[in-house]
Amino acid sequence: MTDPAERTDRWAAGVLPYAEMGYWQPDYEPKPTDILAAFRITPQPGVPPEEAGAAVAGESSTATWTVVWTDRLTSHEHYQAKCYSVTAVPGVEGQYIALIAYDIDLFEEGSIANLTSSIIGNVFGFKALRALRLEDMRIPSHYAKTFQGPAHGIVMEREYLGKYGRPLLGATTKPKLGLSARNYGRVVYEALRGGLDFTKDDENINSQPFMRWRDRFLFSMEGVNRAQAATGEIKGHYLNVTAATMEDMYERAEFAKQLGSIIVMIDLTVGYTAIQSMALWARRNGVLLHLHRAGHGTYTRQKNHGVSFRVIAKWMRLAGVDHIHAGTVVGKLEGDPNITRGFYDTLRLNHVPADPGKGLYFDQDWASLPGCMPVASGGIHAGQMHQLLDYLGEDVILQFGGGTIGHPMGVAAGATANRVALEAMIKARNEGREFVEEGPDILRSAAKHCKELEMALSTWGDITYQYESTDVPDVVATPTPSS
Amino acid sequence: MRVTQGAFSYLPDLTDEEITAQVQYVLDQGWPCAVEYTDDPHPRNTYWEMWGLPMFDLTDAAGVLAEITDCRTAHPGLYIRLIAYDASYGRQTTALSFLVARPAVEPGFRLDREEGSDRQIRYRLHAYSADRPEGERYPSDR
Repeated sequence: MTDPAERTDRWAAGVLPYAEMGYWQPDYEPKPTDILAAFRITPQPGVPPEEAGAAVAGESSTATWTVVWTDRLTSHEHYQAKCYSVTAVPGVEGQYIALIAYDIDLFEEGSIANLTSSIIGNVFGFKALRALRLEDMRIPSHYAKTFQGPAHGIVMEREYLGKYGRPLLGATTKPKLGLSARNYGRVVYEALRGGLDFTKDDENINSQPFMRWRDRFLFSMEGVNRAQAATGEIKGHYLNVTAATMEDMYERAEFAKQLGSIIVMIDLTVGYTAIQSMALWARRNGVLLHLHRAGHGTYTRQKNHGVSFRVIAKWMRLAGVDHIHAGTVVGKLEGDPNITRGFYDTLRLNHVPADPGKGLYFDQDWASLPGCMPVASGGIHAGQMHQLLDYLGEDVILQFGGGTIGHPMGVAAGATANRVALEAMIKARNEGREFVEEGPDILRSAAKHCKELEMALSTWGDITYQYESTDVPDVVATPTPSS
Repeated sequence: MRVTQGAFSYLPDLTDEEITAQVQYVLDQGWPCAVEYTDDPHPRNTYWEMWGLPMFDLTDAAGVLAEITDCRTAHPGLYIRLIAYDASYGRQTTALSFLVARPAVEPGFRLDREEGSDRQIRYRLHAYSADRPEGERYPSDR
């Protein structure tokens, strides 16, 4: 390939390979201020991988399909993204990881919409590629500091709730659809009184004919306040303010605040700009902000095409949510243990070291942006408590929807079973016991003084989801644990 | 009722031996312990009375248990909690908190409702114990 600097026909009208227009620079040393991206590329047959990497760099920054003389009116070398490394993925024919550096000048400060319009705006439909996946990004501190970040963050949330040293517990009200507001509030009350810290609207509970938002908010807050009186603890219900317009969302959020709710919720489907607006609102008003990642599976799950969830997690930490759903490993939804650990590290740590085993391609320094509380939800139950604590750690919200509401003795009993299982496991871990191996014993002996837990274990004790994950790290193939 | 604040309130009350095991874990993490007590368990009552300063230099679990015991003797029938504090960069907050004493009878809370014009209700959580003056709130203080 000809060195772009030596080409004499660089500006002749016509079509040049991207690699020869300066988008492939294997000698480039990324600057500390550069935004870096790792793409998994699958070039069409006959397209050299370096050209494919250069094409991604070009199409996600300054290039178009042909040479344009107007480039010469700019310091185009400065604005060009540079593909500086292309390596074959071990053991997978035809896949490569391309690393691309973008100058910080390419992006508007504090705007996820602008960042993503560049990085994933055009390139994913590019014909020269059969498939493309954005695996990871390095957000330099210089750019991270232009974002608000989580409205409150993990530390503030715990101080606000007065709850320390254990994961928090939640449940999504079920059935997802059809409950009247009065019946809905009953589930909220029972679950919180029984021992959960939070209950949650589901992602698709907004303001439907069977239950309008205002009625749901009023009855849910009755449940929350009753449960606080019954336990002497702070409780919350994620009131979902997702709506058709920003005006509607602000109206619902204001009402939730007026009622004394400590938390509101939005769905990922509202869009990046709306999420950033709600994060500003949440910090200004002292209300926690929960994000449900509704829809992400459409682009995060397949390993060869789309956007990895670890990138979405980074964007959402920048955008400023306090909670985000990030996988359970052991539950009903997709989640390899190592990949999921990578998501949790990305959300919680201040400095996240690169670790190919967790799918982390770059060192990420968050420059004191608060941590984001991950939420584990979907097909988990009390009998898995030792595994959940082992995989997910302490700063996490464990959400047992069916595992609370489906308890044979009632919703409050289901909540109590989960809380007792959790406290018994934390106590055992702190006592230095091998809680992962001894988990089932620890739960069984806790169940001796708690019939609710005994019933939960006999109902769900054997339920596991044994399917292989699709999104696994390249370096070590780790099957989904089965028990 | 049973106030369920703290990390272990859904388990049977911890024995001194169990408390010592938790304290040992806390000290092994490098977290200093503090003991606090109150007669007002309202969940927004953040600042319980400090039983001395946090024990920054105490590395012996038995010493912490002795402080807990002294606090129980001085303030029988009150709520007493152990707090572990993590001063590390990025945390600088409480790492663990659990009750080590509670009144024999806990009167709990009343929920007051003030109804507004548009079905809105203002809620107020009222601790029955706070109806009496400080120092007379639980049978054992009187």
